[in-house]
Amino acid sequence: MSAPVRIRPVAPSRLLPTSPQPEDLAAHVAEFGPRPIVGSALIAELDRSGLVGRGGASFPVARKWLAVAGFPSGMAKPVVVADGVETEPASVKDRTLLALRPHLVFDGIQLAAEAVGATRAVLYVSRGGESLMAALAKAQRERPGGEVYVEITGAPTRYVAGEETAVVNRLNGRTARPSVVPPRPFEAGVGRRPTLVNNVETLAHVALIARRGAAWFRQVGTAGSPGTALVTVCGGVHAPGLREIAFGQTVGDTVEAAGGPTSEAGAVLLGGYFGTWIDARGAWPLVLDHEALRAVGASLGAGVIGVLPRSACGVAETDRIIGFLARESAGQCGPCHVGLPAVSELLHSVTLGRAGQRSLETLARWASEIYGRGACRHPDGATMLLRSALSVFADDAGRHARGHPCGASRRAPILPTPALPAGWR
Amino acid sequence: MSLQPPRPPAGQRLRVDPILCKAHAVCAELFPERIRLDDWGYPIIDDRPIPPDLMPHARRAVADCPRAALRFAESTEPGVHSRGPD
Ligand SMILES: Cc1cc2nc3c(=O)[nH]c(=O)nc-3n(C[C@H](O)[C@H](O)[C@H](O)COP(=O)(O)O)c2cc1C
Ligand code: SF4
Ligand code: SF4
Repeated sequence: MSAPVRIRPVAPSRLLPTSPQPEDLAAHVAEFGPRPIVGSALIAELDRSGLVGRGGASFPVARKWLAVAGFPSGMAKPVVVADGVETEPASVKDRTLLALRPHLVFDGIQLAAEAVGATRAVLYVSRGGESLMAALAKAQRERPGGEVYVEITGAPTRYVAGEETAVVNRLNGRTARPSVVPPRPFEAGVGRRPTLVNNVETLAHVALIARRGAAWFRQVGTAGSPGTALVTVCGGVHAPGLREIAFGQTVGDTVEAAGGPTSEAGAVLLGGYFGTWIDARGAWPLVLDHEALRAVGASLGAGVIGVLPRSACGVAETDRIIGFLARESAGQCGPCHVGLPAVSELLHSVTLGRAGQRSLETLARWASEIYGRGACRHPDGATMLLRSALSVFADDAGRHARGHPCGASRRAPILPTPALPAGWR
Repeated sequence: MSLQPPRPPAGQRLRVDPILCKAHAVCAELFPERIRLDDWGYPIIDDRPIPPDLMPHARRAVADCPRAALRFAESTEPGVHSRGPD
Protein backbone atom coordinates (compact mmCIF):
# COMPACT_ATOMS: atom_id res chain seq x y z
CA MET A 1 0.00 0.00 0.00
CA SER A 2 1.43 3.35 -0.90
CA ALA A 3 1.33 6.21 1.57
CA PRO A 4 -1.31 8.86 0.89
CA VAL A 5 0.07 11.90 -0.88
CA ARG A 6 0.45 14.72 1.59
CA ILE A 7 0.35 18.28 0.43
CA ARG A 8 2.39 20.06 2.99
CA PRO A 9 2.33 23.81 3.34
CA VAL A 10 5.98 24.66 3.22
CA ALA A 11 6.73 27.39 5.72
CA PRO A 12 8.80 30.18 4.25
CA SER A 13 12.09 30.69 6.05
CA ARG A 14 11.73 34.12 7.50
CA LEU A 15 13.91 33.83 10.57
CA LEU A 16 16.02 30.78 9.80
CA PRO A 17 18.89 31.21 7.36
CA THR A 18 19.75 28.43 4.95
CA SER A 19 23.42 28.75 5.82
CA PRO A 20 24.75 27.51 9.16
CA GLN A 21 27.26 30.41 9.16
CA PRO A 22 26.60 33.17 11.70
CA GLU A 23 25.53 36.32 9.84
CA ASP A 24 27.75 39.34 10.40
CA LEU A 25 26.40 42.86 9.99
CA ALA A 26 27.37 43.12 6.31
CA ALA A 27 25.65 39.84 5.45
CA HIS A 28 22.65 40.85 7.55
CA VAL A 29 22.25 44.19 5.75
CA ALA A 30 22.75 42.47 2.39
CA GLU A 31 19.93 40.09 3.25
CA PHE A 32 17.43 42.40 4.91
CA GLY A 33 18.50 45.95 4.13
CA PRO A 34 19.40 48.51 6.79
CA ARG A 35 17.31 48.83 9.91
CA PRO A 36 14.57 51.43 9.42
CA ILE A 37 13.90 54.18 11.94
CA VAL A 38 10.22 53.89 12.83
CA GLY A 39 9.83 55.26 16.36
CA SER A 40 6.56 54.87 18.22
CA ALA A 41 4.60 54.40 14.96
CA LEU A 42 5.86 50.82 15.03
CA ILE A 43 3.42 50.01 17.85
CA ALA A 44 0.38 50.53 15.60
CA GLU A 45 2.02 48.46 12.86
CA LEU A 46 2.68 45.63 15.33
CA ASP A 47 -0.94 45.83 16.41
CA ARG A 48 -2.04 45.42 12.77
CA SER A 49 0.40 42.53 12.32
CA GLY A 50 -1.19 40.54 15.15
CA LEU A 51 2.25 39.46 16.42
CA VAL A 52 2.11 37.71 19.80
CA GLY A 53 5.05 36.83 22.04
CA ARG A 54 7.08 33.70 21.35
CA GLY A 55 8.33 33.24 24.93
CA GLY A 56 5.48 30.95 25.94
CA ALA A 57 2.47 33.06 26.87
CA SER A 58 1.51 34.30 23.37
CA PHE A 59 0.73 37.78 24.69
CA PRO A 60 -0.03 40.51 22.08
CA VAL A 61 3.17 42.46 21.52
CA ALA A 62 1.59 45.83 20.74
CA ARG A 63 -0.46 45.78 23.95
CA LYS A 64 2.62 45.22 26.10
CA TRP A 65 4.60 47.92 24.25
CA LEU A 66 1.76 50.42 24.72
CA ALA A 67 1.69 49.72 28.45
CA VAL A 68 5.43 50.39 28.69
CA ALA A 69 5.38 53.41 26.37
CA GLY A 70 2.52 54.92 28.37
CA PHE A 71 4.64 55.45 31.47
CA PRO A 72 3.85 58.70 33.28
CA SER A 73 6.04 61.58 32.20
CA GLY A 74 8.43 62.53 34.96
CA MET A 75 9.11 58.89 35.66
CA ALA A 76 12.45 57.35 34.72
CA LYS A 77 12.59 56.17 31.12
CA PRO A 78 11.80 52.52 30.28
CA VAL A 79 14.18 49.58 29.96
CA VAL A 80 14.01 46.94 27.22
CA VAL A 81 15.01 43.37 28.04
CA ALA A 82 15.43 40.69 25.37
CA ASP A 83 14.85 37.31 27.03
CA GLY A 84 17.11 34.75 25.37
CA VAL A 85 17.90 32.49 28.30
CA GLU A 86 15.84 29.54 26.98
CA THR A 87 16.09 27.10 29.85
CA GLU A 88 13.51 24.66 28.44
CA PRO A 89 15.73 21.56 28.06
CA ALA A 90 14.26 20.42 24.75
CA SER A 91 14.24 23.85 23.09
CA VAL A 92 17.02 25.22 20.89
CA LYS A 93 15.24 28.02 19.03
CA ASP A 94 16.48 31.10 20.89
CA ARG A 95 20.14 30.12 21.11
CA THR A 96 20.13 29.10 17.43
CA LEU A 97 18.55 32.37 16.36
CA LEU A 98 21.02 34.35 18.48
CA ALA A 99 23.96 32.37 17.10
CA LEU A 100 22.97 32.58 13.42
CA ARG A 101 21.17 35.93 13.14
CA PRO A 102 22.24 38.07 16.09
CA HIS A 103 21.64 41.31 14.19
CA LEU A 104 17.96 40.52 13.68
CA VAL A 105 17.61 40.43 17.46
CA PHE A 106 19.77 43.54 17.97
CA ASP A 107 17.57 45.33 15.39
CA GLY A 108 14.46 44.28 17.31
CA ILE A 109 15.93 45.55 20.58
CA GLN A 110 16.72 48.96 19.02
CA LEU A 111 13.30 49.22 17.40
CA ALA A 112 11.67 48.41 20.74
CA ALA A 113 13.81 50.94 22.59
CA GLU A 114 12.95 53.67 20.08
CA ALA A 115 9.25 52.79 20.09
CA VAL A 116 8.79 52.85 23.86
CA GLY A 117 11.39 55.55 24.60
CA ALA A 118 13.80 53.27 26.47
CA THR A 119 17.27 54.49 27.39
CA ARG A 120 18.61 51.18 28.63
CA ALA A 121 18.60 47.74 26.97
CA VAL A 122 19.66 44.30 28.12
CA LEU A 123 20.14 41.04 26.24
CA TYR A 124 19.67 38.28 28.81
CA VAL A 125 21.18 34.91 27.87
CA SER A 126 22.19 31.74 29.63
CA ARG A 127 25.58 31.93 31.31
CA GLY A 128 26.10 28.32 30.25
CA GLY A 129 26.55 29.52 26.66
CA GLU A 130 29.94 31.22 27.07
CA SER A 131 30.78 30.98 23.36
CA LEU A 132 27.39 32.42 22.48
CA MET A 133 28.00 35.37 24.80
CA ALA A 134 31.36 35.99 23.16
CA ALA A 135 29.80 35.82 19.68
CA LEU A 136 27.07 38.26 20.73
CA ALA A 137 29.66 40.67 22.12
CA LYS A 138 31.46 40.47 18.75
CA ALA A 139 28.23 41.15 16.84
CA GLN A 140 27.52 44.06 19.15
CA ARG A 141 30.86 45.69 18.29
CA GLU A 142 29.72 45.78 14.63
CA ARG A 143 26.54 47.73 15.42
CA PRO A 144 26.27 51.21 13.94
CA GLY A 145 26.71 54.21 16.24
CA GLY A 146 23.89 56.17 17.83
CA GLU A 147 22.06 53.16 19.19
CA VAL A 148 21.02 52.42 22.76
CA TYR A 149 23.84 50.40 24.31
CA VAL A 150 22.84 46.76 24.85
CA GLU A 151 24.20 45.12 28.01
CA ILE A 152 24.73 41.40 27.46
CA THR A 153 23.98 39.70 30.76
CA GLY A 154 24.44 36.05 31.69
CA ALA A 155 21.71 34.32 33.66
CA PRO A 156 22.02 31.25 35.87
CA THR A 157 20.92 28.11 34.05
CA ARG A 158 17.79 27.45 36.08
CA TYR A 159 14.41 26.66 34.57
CA VAL A 160 12.54 29.62 36.05
CA ALA A 161 15.38 32.13 35.47
CA GLY A 162 13.71 33.22 32.22
CA GLU A 163 10.40 34.10 33.85
CA GLU A 164 10.04 37.84 33.53
CA THR A 165 10.01 38.78 37.23
CA ALA A 166 13.02 36.49 37.76
CA VAL A 167 14.76 38.34 34.93
CA VAL A 168 13.97 41.68 36.55
CA ASN A 169 15.16 40.47 39.97
CA ARG A 170 18.43 39.24 38.48
CA LEU A 171 19.01 42.55 36.70
CA ASN A 172 18.29 44.34 39.98
CA GLY A 173 21.15 42.44 41.64
CA ARG A 174 19.03 39.83 43.39
CA THR A 175 18.79 36.10 42.68
CA ALA A 176 17.06 35.07 39.44
CA ARG A 177 13.90 33.90 41.16
CA PRO A 178 10.37 35.11 40.44
CA SER A 179 8.47 37.46 42.71
CA VAL A 180 4.82 38.15 43.38
CA VAL A 181 3.05 40.56 40.99
CA PRO A 182 1.87 43.26 40.90
CA PRO A 183 3.99 45.20 40.27
CA ARG A 184 4.50 43.68 36.86
CA PRO A 185 7.71 44.50 35.01
CA PHE A 186 5.92 47.03 32.78
CA GLU A 187 4.89 48.93 35.92
CA ALA A 188 8.08 48.69 37.98
CA GLY A 189 10.88 46.53 36.66
CA VAL A 190 14.61 47.04 36.27
CA GLY A 191 15.63 49.88 38.58
CA ARG A 192 11.88 50.28 39.24
CA ARG A 193 11.61 51.66 35.70
CA PRO A 194 8.86 50.50 33.30
CA THR A 195 10.40 47.41 31.72
CA LEU A 196 9.55 45.68 28.47
CA VAL A 197 10.44 41.98 28.53
CA ASN A 198 10.18 40.22 25.18
CA ASN A 199 11.49 36.93 23.95
CA VAL A 200 14.35 37.20 21.43
CA GLU A 201 12.35 35.45 18.69
CA THR A 202 9.53 37.95 19.22
CA LEU A 203 12.04 40.79 18.67
CA ALA A 204 13.37 39.15 15.50
CA HIS A 205 9.83 39.12 14.05
CA VAL A 206 9.58 42.79 15.03
CA ALA A 207 12.72 43.53 13.01
CA LEU A 208 11.09 42.03 9.91
CA ILE A 209 7.71 43.69 10.42
CA ALA A 210 9.44 47.09 10.77
CA ARG A 211 10.96 46.55 7.31
CA ARG A 212 8.18 44.76 5.45
CA GLY A 213 4.99 45.75 7.23
CA ALA A 214 2.02 44.09 8.88
CA ALA A 215 0.39 43.01 5.60
CA TRP A 216 3.55 41.12 4.63
CA PHE A 217 3.63 39.44 8.05
CA ARG A 218 0.05 38.25 7.56
CA GLN A 219 0.76 36.69 4.15
CA VAL A 220 1.42 33.41 5.93
CA GLY A 221 -0.31 31.90 8.91
CA THR A 222 -3.96 32.09 9.87
CA ALA A 223 -6.10 35.17 10.48
CA GLY A 224 -5.93 34.66 14.24
CA SER A 225 -2.32 33.43 14.34
CA PRO A 226 -0.40 35.21 11.61
CA GLY A 227 3.19 34.59 10.63
CA THR A 228 5.71 31.90 11.35
CA ALA A 229 7.21 30.51 14.54
CA LEU A 230 10.33 28.63 15.50
CA VAL A 231 9.62 25.13 16.75
CA THR A 232 11.97 22.50 18.15
CA VAL A 233 10.90 18.98 17.20
CA CYS A 234 12.42 16.33 19.45
CA GLY A 235 11.98 12.78 20.65
CA GLY A 236 11.18 9.91 18.29
CA VAL A 237 11.66 11.57 14.91
CA HIS A 238 14.27 10.90 12.22
CA ALA A 239 15.55 14.47 11.95
CA PRO A 240 15.03 16.21 15.30
CA GLY A 241 15.87 19.87 15.54
CA LEU A 242 14.73 23.36 14.76
CA ARG A 243 12.00 24.09 12.17
CA GLU A 244 10.20 27.23 11.15
CA ILE A 245 6.46 26.58 10.94
CA ALA A 246 3.69 28.64 9.39
CA PHE A 247 0.66 28.83 11.63
CA GLY A 248 -2.11 26.83 10.00
CA GLN A 249 -0.01 23.78 9.31
CA THR A 250 -0.74 20.72 11.42
CA VAL A 251 1.28 19.00 14.11
CA GLY A 252 1.53 16.07 11.68
CA ASP A 253 2.99 18.31 8.93
CA THR A 254 5.57 19.55 11.42
CA VAL A 255 6.58 16.09 12.59
CA GLU A 256 6.82 14.92 8.96
CA ALA A 257 9.04 17.92 8.20
CA ALA A 258 11.34 16.61 10.94
CA GLY A 259 11.75 13.33 9.09
CA GLY A 260 8.63 11.70 10.51
CA PRO A 261 8.39 9.33 13.46
CA THR A 262 11.10 6.70 13.94
CA SER A 263 8.39 4.19 14.89
CA GLU A 264 4.63 4.46 15.39
CA ALA A 265 3.95 7.53 17.54
CA GLY A 266 1.84 7.12 20.65
CA ALA A 267 1.60 10.67 21.93
CA VAL A 268 2.90 14.16 21.35
CA LEU A 269 4.05 16.61 24.00
CA LEU A 270 2.97 19.99 22.71
CA GLY A 271 4.47 23.18 24.15
CA GLY A 272 7.40 21.79 26.11
CA TYR A 273 7.56 20.90 29.80
CA PHE A 274 4.81 23.40 30.52
CA GLY A 275 2.80 21.77 27.78
CA THR A 276 0.26 19.01 27.41
CA TRP A 277 0.33 15.44 26.16
CA ILE A 278 -1.99 14.69 23.27
CA ASP A 279 -2.71 11.25 21.89
CA ALA A 280 -0.92 10.91 18.52
CA ARG A 281 -4.14 10.25 16.59
CA GLY A 282 -5.65 13.44 17.98
CA ALA A 283 -2.43 15.40 17.61
CA TRP A 284 -1.64 14.71 13.95
CA PRO A 285 -4.53 16.70 12.38
CA LEU A 286 -4.32 19.43 15.03
CA VAL A 287 -3.81 22.83 13.41
CA LEU A 288 -1.06 25.03 14.85
CA ASP A 289 -3.17 28.08 15.62
CA HIS A 290 -3.54 29.67 19.06
CA GLU A 291 -7.34 29.50 19.01
CA ALA A 292 -7.51 25.93 17.71
CA LEU A 293 -4.99 24.75 20.29
CA ARG A 294 -6.72 26.57 23.13
CA ALA A 295 -9.94 24.77 22.16
CA VAL A 296 -8.29 21.45 23.03
CA GLY A 297 -6.60 22.80 26.15
CA ALA A 298 -3.17 22.98 24.53
CA SER A 299 -0.76 25.68 23.44
CA LEU A 300 2.39 25.94 21.38
CA GLY A 301 4.09 27.32 24.50
CA ALA A 302 7.73 27.98 23.85
CA GLY A 303 7.55 26.00 20.60
CA VAL A 304 8.48 22.44 21.50
CA ILE A 305 6.94 19.37 19.92
CA GLY A 306 8.09 16.11 21.50
CA VAL A 307 7.15 12.84 19.83
CA LEU A 308 6.75 9.79 22.04
CA PRO A 309 6.86 6.40 20.29
CA ARG A 310 3.97 4.08 21.16
CA SER A 311 6.56 1.62 22.51
CA ALA A 312 7.75 4.15 25.12
CA CYS A 313 6.18 4.65 28.54
CA GLY A 314 4.31 7.94 28.92
CA VAL A 315 4.07 7.45 32.67
CA ALA A 316 7.83 7.10 33.13
CA GLU A 317 8.45 9.97 30.71
CA THR A 318 6.11 12.28 32.63
CA ASP A 319 7.60 11.10 35.93
CA ARG A 320 11.06 12.24 34.80
CA ILE A 321 9.78 15.61 33.57
CA ILE A 322 7.81 16.28 36.77
CA GLY A 323 10.93 15.31 38.74
CA PHE A 324 12.90 17.85 36.73
CA LEU A 325 10.29 20.58 37.30
CA ALA A 326 10.14 19.76 41.03
CA ARG A 327 13.95 20.14 41.25
CA GLU A 328 13.66 23.42 39.38
CA SER A 329 11.20 25.03 41.80
CA ALA A 330 12.66 28.29 43.04
CA GLY A 331 11.91 27.09 46.57
CA GLN A 332 9.89 30.11 47.62
CA CYS A 333 6.21 29.09 47.58
CA GLY A 334 4.96 26.12 49.60
CA PRO A 335 2.54 24.65 47.04
CA CYS A 336 5.43 24.62 44.52
CA HIS A 337 8.51 23.70 46.53
CA VAL A 338 6.76 21.26 48.90
CA GLY A 339 3.88 20.23 46.65
CA LEU A 340 5.79 19.44 43.45
CA PRO A 341 8.34 17.14 45.16
CA ALA A 342 5.43 15.29 46.80
CA VAL A 343 3.76 14.92 43.39
CA SER A 344 7.05 13.77 41.92
CA GLU A 345 7.63 11.19 44.64
CA LEU A 346 4.16 9.70 44.35
CA LEU A 347 4.29 9.65 40.55
CA HIS A 348 7.65 7.92 40.71
CA SER A 349 6.23 5.18 42.91
CA VAL A 350 3.38 4.85 40.38
CA THR A 351 6.01 4.33 37.67
CA LEU A 352 7.65 1.63 39.77
CA GLY A 353 4.31 -0.07 40.42
CA ARG A 354 4.45 0.55 44.17
CA ALA A 355 1.95 3.33 44.73
CA GLY A 356 -1.40 1.62 45.19
CA GLN A 357 -4.85 2.10 43.70
CA ARG A 358 -5.68 5.45 45.27
CA SER A 359 -2.50 7.15 44.11
CA LEU A 360 -3.94 8.38 40.81
CA GLU A 361 -6.85 10.08 42.59
CA THR A 362 -4.41 11.75 44.96
CA LEU A 363 -2.28 12.94 42.04
CA ALA A 364 -5.34 14.39 40.29
CA ARG A 365 -6.43 16.18 43.46
CA TRP A 366 -2.95 17.58 44.09
CA ALA A 367 -2.76 18.75 40.48
CA SER A 368 -5.92 20.81 40.81
CA GLU A 369 -5.05 22.07 44.31
CA ILE A 370 -1.53 23.21 43.42
CA TYR A 371 -2.57 24.96 40.21
CA GLY A 372 -2.58 28.77 40.51
CA ARG A 373 -0.97 28.93 43.94
CA GLY A 374 2.60 29.95 43.24
CA ALA A 375 4.01 33.42 42.73
CA CYS A 376 4.81 32.44 39.15
CA ARG A 377 3.24 29.91 36.82
CA HIS A 378 5.87 27.22 37.30
CA PRO A 379 3.56 24.96 39.33
CA ASP A 380 0.72 25.63 36.88
CA GLY A 381 2.78 24.32 33.99
CA ALA A 382 3.83 21.25 35.94
CA THR A 383 0.30 20.38 37.06
CA MET A 384 -1.17 20.92 33.57
CA LEU A 385 1.40 18.48 32.21
CA LEU A 386 0.50 15.99 34.95
CA ARG A 387 -3.23 16.30 34.29
CA SER A 388 -2.80 15.69 30.59
CA ALA A 389 -0.63 12.64 31.33
CA LEU A 390 -3.24 11.18 33.71
CA SER A 391 -5.79 11.48 30.92
CA VAL A 392 -3.77 10.52 27.81
CA PHE A 393 -1.93 7.65 29.56
CA ALA A 394 -4.88 6.69 31.79
CA ASP A 395 -4.77 2.98 30.90
CA ASP A 396 -1.01 2.70 31.37
CA ALA A 397 -1.12 4.72 34.59
CA GLY A 398 -3.88 2.42 35.89
CA ARG A 399 -1.76 -0.67 35.22
CA HIS A 400 1.26 0.90 36.89
CA ALA A 401 -0.86 1.91 39.90
CA ARG A 402 -2.27 -1.62 40.20
CA GLY A 403 1.26 -2.93 40.52
CA HIS A 404 2.00 -3.90 36.92
CA PRO A 405 4.60 -1.49 35.59
CA CYS A 406 5.45 -1.92 31.92
CA GLY A 407 8.88 -2.96 30.68
CA ALA A 408 9.17 0.24 28.66
CA SER A 409 9.35 2.29 31.87
CA ARG A 410 12.89 0.98 32.39
CA ARG A 411 14.15 2.00 28.94
CA ALA A 412 16.22 5.06 28.13
CA PRO A 413 14.37 8.41 28.28
CA ILE A 414 13.00 9.94 25.07
CA LEU A 415 12.90 13.53 26.34
CA PRO A 416 15.88 15.16 28.13
CA THR A 417 15.66 16.02 31.83
CA PRO A 418 19.13 17.29 32.68
CA ALA A 419 20.40 18.03 36.16
CA LEU A 420 20.90 21.78 35.94
CA PRO A 421 23.72 23.39 37.90
CA ALA A 422 22.64 24.56 41.35
CA GLY A 423 22.62 28.20 42.35
CA TRP A 424 20.54 31.23 41.48
CA ARG A 425 23.10 33.95 40.86
CA MET B 1 -28.61 58.79 38.74
CA SER B 2 -27.42 55.26 38.94
CA LEU B 3 -29.90 52.62 39.97
CA GLN B 4 -27.17 50.21 40.82
CA PRO B 5 -27.02 49.22 44.45
CA PRO B 6 -24.08 50.83 46.21
CA ARG B 7 -21.03 48.65 46.00
CA PRO B 8 -20.67 46.89 49.33
CA PRO B 9 -17.61 48.23 51.10
CA ALA B 10 -16.68 44.65 51.83
CA GLY B 11 -16.59 43.58 48.17
CA GLN B 12 -13.13 42.22 48.68
CA ARG B 13 -11.32 38.95 48.28
CA LEU B 14 -8.52 37.40 50.23
CA ARG B 15 -5.15 36.74 48.70
CA VAL B 16 -2.11 35.09 50.10
CA ASP B 17 1.42 36.05 49.14
CA PRO B 18 2.78 32.55 48.51
CA ILE B 19 6.39 33.66 49.04
CA LEU B 20 5.72 35.19 52.45
CA CYS B 21 3.39 32.42 53.66
CA LYS B 22 5.14 29.80 55.79
CA ALA B 23 2.17 27.55 56.58
CA HIS B 24 1.51 28.73 60.10
CA ALA B 25 -2.14 27.81 59.51
CA VAL B 26 -3.41 30.54 61.83
CA CYS B 27 -5.60 31.82 59.01
CA ALA B 28 -7.42 28.52 58.45
CA GLU B 29 -8.22 28.31 62.15
CA LEU B 30 -9.56 31.85 62.23
CA PHE B 31 -11.49 31.76 58.96
CA PRO B 32 -12.41 28.17 58.08
CA GLU B 33 -15.41 29.43 56.07
CA ARG B 34 -13.02 30.55 53.31
CA ILE B 35 -9.60 29.05 54.07
CA ARG B 36 -8.65 25.39 54.19
CA LEU B 37 -5.23 23.79 54.22
CA ASP B 38 -3.66 21.55 51.62
CA ASP B 39 -1.91 18.29 52.53
CA TRP B 40 1.24 20.23 53.44
CA GLY B 41 -0.38 22.88 55.60
CA TYR B 42 -0.49 25.73 53.07
CA PRO B 43 -3.72 27.67 52.76
CA ILE B 44 -6.16 27.18 49.88
CA ILE B 45 -8.20 30.34 49.69
CA ASP B 46 -11.72 30.59 48.37
CA ASP B 47 -11.50 33.35 45.81
CA ARG B 48 -15.09 34.63 45.99
CA PRO B 49 -15.80 38.12 47.39
CA ILE B 50 -16.39 38.04 51.12
CA PRO B 51 -19.93 38.87 52.26
CA PRO B 52 -20.26 41.51 55.04
CA ASP B 53 -21.22 39.05 57.77
CA LEU B 54 -17.95 37.17 57.31
CA MET B 55 -15.75 40.27 57.15
CA PRO B 56 -14.88 40.34 60.87
CA HIS B 57 -13.42 36.83 60.60
CA ALA B 58 -11.55 37.79 57.45
CA ARG B 59 -10.11 40.88 59.11
CA ARG B 60 -9.03 38.87 62.11
CA ALA B 61 -7.26 36.31 59.91
CA VAL B 62 -5.48 39.06 57.99
CA ALA B 63 -4.42 40.82 61.18
CA ASP B 64 -3.16 37.68 62.89
CA CYS B 65 -1.15 36.07 60.07
CA PRO B 66 2.32 35.94 61.64
CA ARG B 67 3.97 36.57 58.26
CA ALA B 68 1.64 39.32 57.09
CA ALA B 69 1.13 37.09 54.05
CA LEU B 70 -2.62 37.37 53.97
CA ARG B 71 -4.23 40.53 52.65
CA PHE B 72 -7.29 41.94 50.99
CA ALA B 73 -7.39 42.58 47.30
CA GLU B 74 -9.95 44.62 45.42
CA SER B 75 -12.27 42.42 43.39
CA THR B 76 -10.89 43.82 40.18
CA GLU B 77 -7.26 43.26 41.08
CA PRO B 78 -5.73 40.52 38.99
CA GLY B 79 -4.32 37.42 40.60
CA VAL B 80 -0.72 36.89 41.51
CA HIS B 81 0.20 35.67 38.06
CA SER B 82 1.99 37.63 35.45
CA ARG B 83 2.52 35.58 32.36
CA GLY B 84 2.36 31.95 31.81
CA PRO B 85 2.20 28.91 29.68
CA ASP B 86 -1.49 28.99 28.82
C1 LIG C 1 8.72 29.40 34.79
C2 LIG C 1 8.79 30.26 33.56
C3 LIG C 1 9.93 30.25 32.78
C4 LIG C 1 10.04 31.06 31.65
N1 LIG C 1 11.18 31.01 30.89
C5 LIG C 1 11.28 31.81 29.80
C6 LIG C 1 12.46 31.76 28.98
O1 LIG C 1 13.40 31.00 29.24
N2 LIG C 1 12.52 32.60 27.90
C7 LIG C 1 11.48 33.45 27.58
O2 LIG C 1 11.58 34.18 26.61
N3 LIG C 1 10.36 33.50 28.33
C8 LIG C 1 10.24 32.70 29.42
N4 LIG C 1 9.10 32.75 30.18
C9 LIG C 1 8.04 33.71 29.79
C10 LIG C 1 8.38 35.10 30.32
O3 LIG C 1 7.89 35.23 31.65
C11 LIG C 1 7.70 36.19 29.49
O4 LIG C 1 6.35 35.88 29.36
C12 LIG C 1 8.27 36.32 28.09
O5 LIG C 1 9.66 36.41 28.08
C13 LIG C 1 7.69 37.54 27.45
O6 LIG C 1 8.11 37.65 26.12
P1 LIG C 1 7.12 37.51 24.89
O7 LIG C 1 5.89 38.32 25.20
O8 LIG C 1 7.90 38.05 23.76
O9 LIG C 1 6.78 36.07 24.75
C14 LIG C 1 8.96 31.91 31.30
C15 LIG C 1 7.79 31.91 32.07
C16 LIG C 1 7.69 31.09 33.18
C17 LIG C 1 6.41 31.10 33.98
S1 SF4 D 1 5.83 29.22 42.19
FE1 SF4 D 1 7.66 27.94 42.45
S2 SF4 D 1 9.08 28.64 40.87
FE2 SF4 D 1 7.48 30.21 41.04
S3 SF4 D 1 8.29 31.68 42.54
FE3 SF4 D 1 7.12 30.21 43.73
S4 SF4 D 1 8.59 28.62 44.35
FE4 SF4 D 1 9.52 29.81 42.72
S1 SF4 E 1 -1.51 32.45 58.74
FE1 SF4 E 1 -0.29 33.51 57.17
S2 SF4 E 1 1.63 32.35 57.04
FE2 SF4 E 1 0.15 31.10 58.13
S3 SF4 E 1 -0.76 29.77 56.57
FE3 SF4 E 1 -2.09 31.55 56.79
S4 SF4 E 1 -1.31 32.99 55.27
FE4 SF4 E 1 0.27 31.46 55.54
